[in-house]
Amino acid sequence: MLFTTSNFIIFVILLSIIYYIIPKKMQWQLLLIASYMFYAFAGIQFIVYILITTITTYFATINISKLQTKYNKYIKENKAIVTREERRAIKETSKKKQRQWMVLCMVFNFGILAVLKYSNFAIENFNKILGLFNSETSFKGLGFILPLGISFYTFQTMGYLIDVYRGKYDYEKNIFKLALFVSFFPQLIQGPISRFDDLKDSLFSKHNFNWDNINFGFQRILWGYFKKVVIADRLLIAVNNIIQNPDIYQGVYVIIGMFFYAIELFADFSGGIDIAIGIAEVLGIHLEENFIRPYFSKSITEYWRRWHITLGTWFKDYMFFPISVSKPMLKLSKTCRKNFNDAIGKRIPVYVATIIVWLTTGIWHGAAWNFVVWGLGNCIVILISQECIPLYQKFHHRFDVKNKFYFRLFQVVRTFWLMSFLRTFDCYRDVGTTFKMYGSIFTVYNINEIFNGGLMQLGLTIKDYILLFVSVWIVLLVSLLQRKEGIRIKIAAKPIMISYMIFFILFLGIIVFGAYGVGFDQSQFIYSQF
Amino acid sequence: MDIIIDILSDLHPEVDFEKCNSLIDDKILDSFDIVSLVADLTDEFDIAIPVEEIIPKNFNSAAAINEMVKRLEDE
Amino acid sequence: MKKKMIINIFLIALSVFTLFIVQRLLMPKYVSTIQEGSLVEEYYKEKTNHDVIFIGDCEVFSNVSPITLWENYGITSYIRGSAQQLIWHSYYLLEDTLRYEKPKVVIYNVLAMKYDEPQKEAYNRLTLDGMKLSNTKIKAIKNSKMEDESTLSYLFPILRYHSRWSEITADDFKYIFNKSKISHNGYLMRSDIKPVGYLPRDKKLADYTLGENSYMYLEKITQLCKDNDIELILIKSPSVYPYWHEEWDEQIVDYAEANDLEYINFLEYNDEIGIDYQTDTYDGGLHLNFAGAEKFSLYLGNILKEKYKLNDYRNDLIIKGNWDKKIEFYYNMKEQQEFEISEYGYLISVGEAVQSINETD
Repeated sequence: MLFTTSNFIIFVILLSIIYYIIPKKMQWQLLLIASYMFYAFAGIQFIVYILITTITTYFATINISKLQTKYNKYIKENKAIVTREERRAIKETSKKKQRQWMVLCMVFNFGILAVLKYSNFAIENFNKILGLFNSETSFKGLGFILPLGISFYTFQTMGYLIDVYRGKYDYEKNIFKLALFVSFFPQLIQGPISRFDDLKDSLFSKHNFNWDNINFGFQRILWGYFKKVVIADRLLIAVNNIIQNPDIYQGVYVIIGMFFYAIELFADFSGGIDIAIGIAEVLGIHLEENFIRPYFSKSITEYWRRWHITLGTWFKDYMFFPISVSKPMLKLSKTCRKNFNDAIGKRIPVYVATIIVWLTTGIWHGAAWNFVVWGLGNCIVILISQECIPLYQKFHHRFDVKNKFYFRLFQVVRTFWLMSFLRTFDCYRDVGTTFKMYGSIFTVYNINEIFNGGLMQLGLTIKDYILLFVSVWIVLLVSLLQRKEGIRIKIAAKPIMISYMIFFILFLGIIVFGAYGVGFDQSQFIYSQF
Repeated sequence: MDIIIDILSDLHPEVDFEKCNSLIDDKILDSFDIVSLVADLTDEFDIAIPVEEIIPKNFNSAAAINEMVKRLEDE
Repeated sequence: MKKKMIINIFLIALSVFTLFIVQRLLMPKYVSTIQEGSLVEEYYKEKTNHDVIFIGDCEVFSNVSPITLWENYGITSYIRGSAQQLIWHSYYLLEDTLRYEKPKVVIYNVLAMKYDEPQKEAYNRLTLDGMKLSNTKIKAIKNSKMEDESTLSYLFPILRYHSRWSEITADDFKYIFNKSKISHNGYLMRSDIKPVGYLPRDKKLADYTLGENSYMYLEKITQLCKDNDIELILIKSPSVYPYWHEEWDEQIVDYAEANDLEYINFLEYNDEIGIDYQTDTYDGGLHLNFAGAEKFSLYLGNILKEKYKLNDYRNDLIIKGNWDKKIEFYYNMKEQQEFEISEYGYLISVGEAVQSINETD
């Protein structure tokens, strides 16, 4: 049940109505039932996976929590007689036992994800290696079908597990509530990846019918559909044409492809997130933002703080810091400082953690070398720019341009193109093709073709381009307005006639100009495959 | 406290760490800074800073860092 | 509070109205091209009742002229035909018609019996989009749609035709509310001639059994007529192609016998009717042209008159006045078409025949 199907829209409307009719203490239970219905729609057999993750996590957190309580109770009762050293030792043993539960649960759940998502990739590569040794044997792929949203819910649930282990909050005692947290349907397909402490209050509390929630939620949903259906799905036609025919579309088309894909991916992904957040809002539930105008970023690190935010912070909190400030890492850093010099020693933890995080981020996006190279590419750019900081500082010391509009514009454009360039890796079918296409930018001179009707060959008509141009401008304009204050508050402040008109026009625009229905393929949300 | 200010000033000489109390919220310290800060604090005070302590609340100001260090020293 | 309520109601009404207008604008008009798309809709403009209702595909709306039936026998009739009308379409169109009037005779052209399942979205659209919203229409949609079509897009055609925003023409504005009449009681006139030339080989079929689904709807039609005291006549209208196989014919003969119906295969009476496929077809034998349709109607009218004792309404002044207008429109169009043919060599107002027998068939 994709966001763009009529079934889904009917499902959401019915759910919202029932949600506000039934007794309020049953609201979260309804959401649980609805989420599992939504999940069953994708394939009833997949429910097993999400159930297993829920149950294993539930039992792991029970055991972790028991150990924590036991330790706290013991310390409290024996406060007077326990020495500091003893207390440390007891805490250490308790933590160790807790860690065993956590690791067991993580290995199990990430193991499921790994087997389902990466076994084919691993087998393929293994076969290639065998092939190098002229071996006759090769192994067949296992051909698993990936359960809907498994990458998202596994990460979200493991984040919860780690937080409980860290003592950030108490574990959820009601397994059904945990099940809802794991399976909450708006965020199931493509995020945002929520934190339990952010979500639990609004997810499980009672919600009165609130016209503002409905109004704002509905606006947000419309805005999401506009980006997704009018812009992304239309551009997708041209993007697919370019990336699926690398023999035909080279040179300037590669650049056009990068540019189109940048817009398409943003419109699709952030549009999907808008829909998810909007639906949650209609239900009175607050989901975290996943995008803050990422294409206005002035550097790539800033970009990653503003694009797919919940994934970035997940990696930061649960991977980057645990690796970089772990005891062995700090020890290694110290040794290096002694044996080599300060600079190397200092960099070791950061470099190791960054490389691991980006390799994982790459592979999380897809089981293919493209994504590995893409992740490493991001990593390299981030590390290089980190190394260049002194250089920048010198530059800014010499030239006072830091706050000049044109310099900032330059930074934004630079970051946009850098990211678009890197993103090309997840377009073309393999790494070799991508490099070949990069090469063609410099070797194939066909810039004149775009003025000679080349753009019309990509499956879009002049009218489509005009429409896209206008729509992208609208999105850009709204983004620019959003920098100051929330645009919907501004709209809400206008007389009802005007605010209503704005949204009716948006609605009509989606219906009329949406790239859906016969003649247009109802493309899957790009991120739902991950 | 002075030691902490010194360590911080090494990272960002241009910031007035005595006054600033939104080091994380205003993105003055990025994650790379945090890592080297943690390494320095571990060295300097002979403490272990577990990863669960790395939350904005503990790093938003020199005073907050100081408080965290004191607490960890006591453990 | 009250004021707010009024504003809200006003805004919602305005939105619905706007949506409706935009939907009307975006829907294909079928006036200048693919005129058969307008046929189903045009029926609702009829003010008087009819003794005879035709249902079926192009072999009724091209081959039968109700004006001829009126002029010569005083029979009132209407053709609820549409392009590639499949039998379940026919059934629901009949059900729809019975909501407005009760004819004495219903004539069904059996060619579509050979199709046992939905063929193409376009055919569904050409028949169903024109129907007025009713329970019948919803049933018709549910039972006609292809697997990948959604009922919703029939109820709200804007969901289907929205991408026409880039192809809007002056016609779309001109006919947004009121389309000009194009048929003569459901008869689509064509006066041009394209004699029979190439005919494809008569390919042997593996199985000649008419489909279960087709039979089911034929039975439903039979039952519906029985329940309403209507005489049902099955016909196979004259044409040279597509072939009407002997084996099919036998099955219909058997069905008619078993159900006590009349079945007339007019392919067997070609000479009596007097059709000359060098002059009486506009697309090489698929359909009759004006001349052919008049000949066939004359022959058919005689049967209706003799056997079914239909009233001659030519003396009823009110009905006659109504038909006089139709006659005027009929001959004006004929004149116009003849003018176009002599001036341009083809029917400029409706274009060349869309379908034709191709050697690739």
